[in-house]
Amino acid sequence: MLILHCPYCGVDADETELSPGGEAHLKRAGPGTPDDAFERYLFHRENPKGVHFERWRHASGCGKWFHAARCTVTMEVFGTYPAQVTEPPQEICDRITGKRPGWSWGAFS
Amino acid sequence: MSEPVSALQGAIFEGLVKVEEAGPCGMITLRGDLASTQVKTAATGVAGVDFPGQGEANCAGDKGLCWMSPDEILVLCPYDQAGAGVAAIDKLLAGTHYLATNVSDARARFVVSGLDAREVLAKLTPADMSPAGFAPGRFRRTRLAQVPAAFWMRDEHMFEVICFRSVAQYVFDILTAAATPGSEVGFF
Repeated sequence: MLILHCPYCGVDADETELSPGGEAHLKRAGPGTPDDAFERYLFHRENPKGVHFERWRHASGCGKWFHAARCTVTMEVFGTYPAQVTEPPQEICDRITGKRPGWSWGAFS
Repeated sequence: MSEPVSALQGAIFEGLVKVEEAGPCGMITLRGDLASTQVKTAATGVAGVDFPGQGEANCAGDKGLCWMSPDEILVLCPYDQAGAGVAAIDKLLAGTHYLATNVSDARARFVVSGLDAREVLAKLTPADMSPAGFAPGRFRRTRLAQVPAAFWMRDEHMFEVICFRSVAQYVFDILTAAATPGSEVGFF
């Protein structure tokens, strides 16, 4: 069972109060992009054993989307942060580096 | 004018605790920048109570303000004053970015009262219902069994619960099931 801290309403929300939103920090491949880039955007997803970044929505609570960084092996949550960013905040990355040295995920490490 | 009809017309159950459908209640959803003085003034003007902080509810009598999300506040007032309340907010906030709607008929409200009120709600929600985790003055949007709901405490043994009107019967049923005599857990 995951418990994620909602950065908007400050509630430690149980997983059953949240809706999963899939992989975080996807960048849309817009009109005019080559087929392979569009395919990557549409279908290719990270499926790591370890550090992972996801989107979640506090569906039964304040209704806001936010990001979460967690470990898929131990379910350890490294932190949550607001949705209005295109990459994980430095503070979260530093915390992950402290616990999982040498981690990488997509373009981030 | 037609008479307001609440979802369950005042249904009452007495078991471990008393579960009562509380009848028509005025509710106004006000969305906007909650940091803005204008929005705060509009909300407090209708409710007549201080503006609540994050995750808090300020209620006095049948009026009150409940913090719903960083950009949404719930204004409680007597049922027949909700329309005038929206008009007052519209007048004060004209020209700014906001939304005010009378949602009185979209919701149902329950009062759960008794010594085991905490326990009855704890059976239905994932929220921390311990006295340290939830106390009068706090406001929590969460779920009750399978539907979204919100609640706050009027005093140590009395909760007010709101949910969508469409699931009022469901919420009444799960509350009464959780309050079945003989089902006490005695955890709190």
